[in-house]
Amino acid sequence: MEIKVKFFAAPREALGKNELEVTLPEGAAVTDLIEHLKAEYPILRAYTRFLSVAVNKAYVGWGTELHDGDEVACLPPVGGG
Amino acid sequence: MRLYEITSTPISTDAVIARLADPAVGAIATFVGVVRGETDGRKTLHLEYEAYPDMAEATLAQVGDEIGERWPSIRAVAIVHRIGRLEVGETATVIAVSAAHRPDVFDALRYGIDRLKEIVPIWKKEIWADGEEWKSGMTNFTN
Repeated sequence: MEIKVKFFAAPREALGKNELEVTLPEGAAVTDLIEHLKAEYPILRAYTRFLSVAVNKAYVGWGTELHDGDEVACLPPVGGG
Repeated sequence: MRLYEITSTPISTDAVIARLADPAVGAIATFVGVVRGETDGRKTLHLEYEAYPDMAEATLAQVGDEIGERWPSIRAVAIVHRIGRLEVGETATVIAVSAAHRPDVFDALRYGIDRLKEIVPIWKKEIWADGEEWKSGMTNFTN
């Protein structure tokens, strides 16, 4: 299944991209996506410890199952206001 | 009335407050977040704010819903946050809440800014003479 992954702030700058397309097997969960990203893009490993994740613009736990066409956002600690 | 907006243009506090105008309202409390010129002993040159726009507006709405649940007397909530490059002294965010009477507006306003800083997907980069750093509530916590 095809997943769109969006990046922001420090991880975006480290990666050099604000978006990736990732192919994962059916039944993959957020945690599988994170493992895939850490393997393919080692520079992201520094950021995964404090990462929050949103699927289709809602916060989810890392055990959440993904579906074809989902938009996943990797959100570092927020700093608004 | 609910106003939740992420904007790239300068924010007018007066314009936001004007949106809360309502003959039933007797009290409006307003918070203005301003870019400070110094942090940790360093002079700030400017800030850059970045957002995940659709999700940011949705979580601003969530903050407003939470205010409405906790303080039913609140009639209107407005939360506006600017993104892009901001100079020292510029307004980064305006939050305003209104009610017929004042008892709840201060608590509701404080909750609004505290909650915005917890959950809204907006990020702030501080740029100073010798470097730059993405700041977060967590940075402050670990410091």
